Amino acid sequence: MARLHIETTINGEPAEFLCDPHETLLSALRNGLGLTGTKEGCSTGDCGACSVIVDGRLVPACLVLAPEAQGRTITTIEGLSSGDALHPLQQKFLEHAALQCGVCTPGFIVAAAALLDAKPNPTEEETRFWLAGNLCRCTGYDKIIRAVLDTAAHIRESAV
Amino acid sequence: MSDATPYIGRAMKRVEDPRLIQGLGTYTDDLRLAGLLHACILRSPHAHARIRRIETSAAKAIPGVVAVFTGADVNDSCGAVPCAAAIPDLKAPRHTVLAGDRVYFVGHAVAVAVATDPYIACDAIDEIEVDYDPLPAVVNAMEALKSGSALTHPDMGANVAFTHVVNGGSDIDAAFRNADRIIKHRLYHQRLTPMPIEPRAVVASYHRGEGTLTLWTSTQIPHLLRTLLPNMLGIPETKLRIVAPEVGGGFGAKLNVYAEEALCAHLAMRLSAPVKWVESRRENAASTIHGRDQIGDYEVAVKNDGRILGLKATSVADLGAYLQLLTPAVPTLTGLVLTGCYKIPAIRFEVVGVYTNKMATDAYRGAGRPEATYLIERLMDVVANELKIDRLDLRLKHFPAPGDFPFATSCGVTYDSGNYQGTLAKAKQLADWDALMADRKAARAAGKLFGVGVSTYVEICAMGPSKAMPAGGWEWGCVRMEISAKVTVITGVTPHGQGQETSFAQIVADRLGVPIEDVAVLKGDTNVAHYGRDTYGSRGTAVGGTAIVMSVDKVIKKAKTLAAHLFETLDDYVVFENGKFKAPGITAREIAWSELAAEAYLAKNLPAGFEPGLEASSFFEPENFTFPFGTHICAVEVDRDTGEVAITKYVAVDDCGNQINPLLVEGQVQGGIAHAIGQALFEQTIYDENGQLLTGEFMDYAIPRATDIPEYTLGSTVTPSPVNPLGVKGVGEAGTIGATPAIANAVIDALTPLGVVHLDLPMTPERIWRAMQTRTVATV
Repeated sequence: MARLHIETTINGEPAEFLCDPHETLLSALRNGLGLTGTKEGCSTGDCGACSVIVDGRLVPACLVLAPEAQGRTITTIEGLSSGDALHPLQQKFLEHAALQCGVCTPGFIVAAAALLDAKPNPTEEETRFWLAGNLCRCTGYDKIIRAVLDTAAHIRESAV
Repeated sequence: MSDATPYIGRAMKRVEDPRLIQGLGTYTDDLRLAGLLHACILRSPHAHARIRRIETSAAKAIPGVVAVFTGADVNDSCGAVPCAAAIPDLKAPRHTVLAGDRVYFVGHAVAVAVATDPYIACDAIDEIEVDYDPLPAVVNAMEALKSGSALTHPDMGANVAFTHVVNGGSDIDAAFRNADRIIKHRLYHQRLTPMPIEPRAVVASYHRGEGTLTLWTSTQIPHLLRTLLPNMLGIPETKLRIVAPEVGGGFGAKLNVYAEEALCAHLAMRLSAPVKWVESRRENAASTIHGRDQIGDYEVAVKNDGRILGLKATSVADLGAYLQLLTPAVPTLTGLVLTGCYKIPAIRFEVVGVYTNKMATDAYRGAGRPEATYLIERLMDVVANELKIDRLDLRLKHFPAPGDFPFATSCGVTYDSGNYQGTLAKAKQLADWDALMADRKAARAAGKLFGVGVSTYVEICAMGPSKAMPAGGWEWGCVRMEISAKVTVITGVTPHGQGQETSFAQIVADRLGVPIEDVAVLKGDTNVAHYGRDTYGSRGTAVGGTAIVMSVDKVIKKAKTLAAHLFETLDDYVVFENGKFKAPGITAREIAWSELAAEAYLAKNLPAGFEPGLEASSFFEPENFTFPFGTHICAVEVDRDTGEVAITKYVAVDDCGNQINPLLVEGQVQGGIAHAIGQALFEQTIYDENGQLLTGEFMDYAIPRATDIPEYTLGSTVTPSPVNPLGVKGVGEAGTIGATPAIANAVIDALTPLGVVHLDLPMTPERIWRAMQTRTVATV
């Protein structure tokens, strides 16, 4: 089977990789590109652990074919921090201890980043509904919701 | 420490988190080994069938496929999957890693394909042809007990695995004779699927030259695996290294020795290449252990004034088709806390373990204790309603007084310390109980279905005294003051989200008087943490933390001897405070760890007979379990049209003894309550009448989402445990154990005006709606 050559932009940098036509974007990120921060929880689009942002849209990478990345702009968890400088969401997840085992956390942070990009001032209800596509079995969600709302408040205050 | 404020008790940020929030944590599936092969497992679509023939040639012919094996190829080399529970007269089927000539449950592993790419391995199992002859499946444990029932394992001749009976306290027959009334009730604790977000994953690598096998596996118990896998694989434990890297949630599901762990190890040796297997979500639902599945008939002997004289329980536990590590032990744990936090003088507990053609049940989130708590807390409400006694008064009437501890129960255990009145009073205060009762009255007057539920629970933690455990309940730890004055802590427990890299560092930094940043906690690799009994049963801090404390104290004692030598005085004159050694009245000189550590390792000026280095390890053997407790209060409103439950208030007051890090305690409680909300309102593992699993995905098995969780009001009281020097009790399962009955009692309270007296879990909108139409619904 011929492998496909894909050119794309990942976390602000041009990237290229070879993939099989049937390979998922999740597999290409994790195996082809070594970006293992994006996690696999179900491969049926139900758990949100593999959340990435493609052309500004939040998607589960397990339901996107790798060849569909051609010409797109993709953001993964690895693209949110730069060096030691954490994304404000990461900082607030840290402060609130909004994680335990951590396997769902990259997906939650990417999903929350997409939320705050779309809606800098979400209500608690909007936040809960937006993040209802991400499953966490450890935390009971409360600290995650607090961390996201606190981030939104922090970003608004910093912008003033 | 820098500012002399103790780290213990502070809500400190977790040291685990910086790597995890950046996606830099290494879970088993993140490992990349050169030449890695990928395994995919073919599983039975039948609950019970004879295998007539397996044809693998088409699968083997696919380019990239390295091997395809069936049970006939591997079972003789892999030994049997172990069960550690010691129950007299236990009847157990041999549990091979792949099926022999029969399959016994949907998801039973039948064959394995190994390929250079996971997609190819997956394609290969699609090309394996299995000719099955379906047989009658046993899916209902109560039916399985009847004579003439189909048999789960026909060669065993019966479906009963064991019968376990406990008679405790005073004479149970006399209690029932003396009763004014006997209240009977049947309760069903449904089957649950643990569903960690990271499924199981294994990477096995064999070094032919050294003869060593390294197994990275998503497990809670690397040390128990190192003890138990040699019997399966024939490799001595000295040649076996088990690593639990980051583990993405356990909840008991990864407290096990699984066939796939031995199988991958065998494949790596046989194929001379590293082999990875990662479970799909459907496999996780079908072939990773389930929890609960107990049905019980309970009888309470009461006096009309509310005094409870005795409790009889006859329980049937659905074990599934095989015994996993602790399958038969879990239902017997229920008998240890049957009386909850109440003085009930006589008990009789009988549990029958039954085989069915389903996945094995085993330890899930609380393991036996949620069953006990749910039943006693439902029964307290049932008794209160029947006798027209206030449910809080009934509970208070049966609480031991704080001065009664240590309190020996009729179940044969001794509760270490407690103040049940204290958590109840605080929970009432936080819930604003009188206002809540007024709200209920007003809501009901307005035609709303508004209910308030209470549970007061006690649980068994800090597992445990070795004489009461299947395989040693002690814990090991090691503390090393390095030459650089940094501190390495090695623990035999295997935290996987609980946060002991942080809390153990807090404990050690305080005791040694060093900055917490200088302390590193290592765990989860049997070549690093040489010995241990791992993480389950809320034992990490109470048992593992104590082994660390003992080691720190040995290091300080040794350091004092060296300091005395440097001060040219005796050990007794040396004082250690805030990270400094002093000899008041002898010299004004102070010695810091940096100087002392350098002396200890450079070893040019040591006292006679003094071993170089500053390291100590310890085994801690607990003398008793610990018994955390608490009160949960829940208010709900049920939608009259849809049966949907909205939790409008949730108050939890938990007492886990001293708290090392309140942020971690809060997280454990919140996460536990979420599991309980799932169990009370949504979750149930369902097999149909043919033994087909209907809840094999997140779309079918409803774990709570962010929208399902209410705002919590959390409080705590502190009653230190006397059984360990930290005074901690453990908090892993408090939320799950305390919350399920509180929510259930609240929903039933809400439906009381309609005449509904009981509903089985989960209280889904459909089930509630039906109950509103028919007044009561029994599911079993």
